[in-house]
Amino acid sequence: MNWKNYLRQFLRDLRSQKLRAALTLFGLVWGTTAVTLLLAFGEGLQGRMIKNIRGLGENIVICWPSRTSKPWEGLPRNRKITVKDEDITALRREVPGMTAISGEYSAGNKKFKVGHKVIVPGLTGANPMFAAMRNLIPEQGGRYVDDLDMDERRRVVFLGDGLAHDLFGDAEAVGQYVNVNGMPFLVVGVMQAKEQDSSYQGRDKDRASIPATTFRAMYGQQEYGNFVFQVADAGEVGAAKDKVIATLAKLHRFDPTDAEAVRMWDVTENEKFMHTFMLGFRIFLGVMGVLTLVVGGIGVSNIMNVVVEERTKEIGVKMALGARQRMIVTQFVFETLLLTVIGGAVGFAISWAICAVFPAKFDEFVGTPAISLQVGALTAGLLGLIGFLAGYFPARSAARLNPVEALRL
Amino acid sequence: MFGNGTNGKNGKDKPNGAADGAIIALAGVRKVYDTGAVKVEALRKVDLAIKRNEFVAIVGPSGSGKSTLMNIIGCLDTATEGSYCLRGEEVAGMSIDRLADIRNRRIGFVFQNFNLLPQLTAYENVEMPLLFKGAPARERRERVETLLGEVGLADRMQHRPVELSGGQMQRVAIARALACEPDIILADEPTGNLDSAAGGDIIGKFEELWAKGHTLVLITHDAAIARRTRRVVRVQDGAVVSDEAVA
Repeated sequence: MNWKNYLRQFLRDLRSQKLRAALTLFGLVWGTTAVTLLLAFGEGLQGRMIKNIRGLGENIVICWPSRTSKPWEGLPRNRKITVKDEDITALRREVPGMTAISGEYSAGNKKFKVGHKVIVPGLTGANPMFAAMRNLIPEQGGRYVDDLDMDERRRVVFLGDGLAHDLFGDAEAVGQYVNVNGMPFLVVGVMQAKEQDSSYQGRDKDRASIPATTFRAMYGQQEYGNFVFQVADAGEVGAAKDKVIATLAKLHRFDPTDAEAVRMWDVTENEKFMHTFMLGFRIFLGVMGVLTLVVGGIGVSNIMNVVVEERTKEIGVKMALGARQRMIVTQFVFETLLLTVIGGAVGFAISWAICAVFPAKFDEFVGTPAISLQVGALTAGLLGLIGFLAGYFPARSAARLNPVEALRL
Repeated sequence: MFGNGTNGKNGKDKPNGAADGAIIALAGVRKVYDTGAVKVEALRKVDLAIKRNEFVAIVGPSGSGKSTLMNIIGCLDTATEGSYCLRGEEVAGMSIDRLADIRNRRIGFVFQNFNLLPQLTAYENVEMPLLFKGAPARERRERVETLLGEVGLADRMQHRPVELSGGQMQRVAIARALACEPDIILADEPTGNLDSAAGGDIIGKFEELWAKGHTLVLITHDAAIARRTRRVVRVQDGAVVSDEAVA
């Protein structure tokens, strides 16, 4: 018999066993929906949390030059380490794997004035690479500080979205001027709203950035308050940190083992914690999923088992008419697999629909559930396997009976 | 590929020939049911030869072993001991699939309780053996329509068993038995669940098949039906006690 005939038989059997088929399908749909949704929401939540943590920047290390805590080569402890532009240039040259670096000037005492509004936000002076490292992405129509701004020490400013709103309300900020301590600065960009759950001197949405060169020229500060560098891969961050310390230790003559001289905040540490946490979370979801599947699977096996028992007489009749063992077994397996495919597809479609209509406003809290085709297929496959085993073994033992015994039942 | 072609031909050449030309030949067949503590001997040393195109009734009281005999002849069950040659081929030791193929193509069954599948229409019931045989769709359709036409159910093809009378159901079962053009038709109390009019009709159908050259073996305890066959084999306590031609 070819598959078309099995399909024909399946449809005929379905007709007579509507309730049974409906119950089996329900079990499969329920199991698939529950597990796919569970994992979809898990995925969404994880995505949300990673997005939040990455608001600060991805694979970056923030470094604060500080004071030495150990004497070194005849120099006493408690010496101030300062990092200037030439140090940044040296680090860029010396540290392999570093993809970006920027010094950062910070000020918290500059008055921003628009009309009668006066705000004293955090102010950063940095180079253009800072934006990509720290995820300061301009809204459409704007830009961050660029190389020309740097070269010409232009008086341009990039505003956090919160700050822009505070200064300009709903009006367009780009192209307007802000008075910064009495000097007009042209707004060249406003930051796209982003999630950020960690920061070191206030949220980026409330801060402003100007070219480092402009900052240096206007406020006469040479030493950077801190610098930020980025590596391509989180795995390289340890080596890069060591190399940064070693390079600065050589330039400024301090003990390379002195942890106090340059303090570092490695954000990949946060991610490592996050990954550990998410792994635990996923294991939890996985266990829940497996338990749900087992319950669903027991339902499916129960039904299939009963079905084969109920249909032993039918099997006997078919054998009397010349059905080979394999045909009988294949029929039951085919039925189970087809039900599984249908149930899995329907369950997956339901999950997909739920995710599709999931309100976007909840994204901020639980993220957007991300449905995974693999999870759906795996779920349906597992249920199918359970159903297959549950259908296969009773059908095989029924098909092994003498036809006369099967007929007698 | 099924049965022994040479023997089959011999059978045709000399339809009333010796025992070696028999289409069904049982020798010393014994059947013991082992139900744990008790061993029931359903058949004791049965010898029986049925030639091509015979019309045989097996009669006997209930529990005599006639159904067991029929099941062994029909390859639904296997003998504990003894030899059974179907068309010259020893059945004992055949694979399960081989037996299934024999049931599919060489033997047509008609049961007392019809054994139609309730979820299928008359058409689908008759089609089933053809599906097992692997017949192409077109051949199946033609065959099923012809057969149901021949049993007078051309207008009932899409009806399910519950929508048919007992006589009609048994006619569907006969059409199903004939689906793969078997040589042998086995019927176990085919009229047992029918009223006498429907029963007579079914026996008439069997007489037609016999006239067409089929070999028929039927179990009955109705003497009137037995008289309409050509040979009556009486079974009692698991043994053949008489075997005579009907005058």
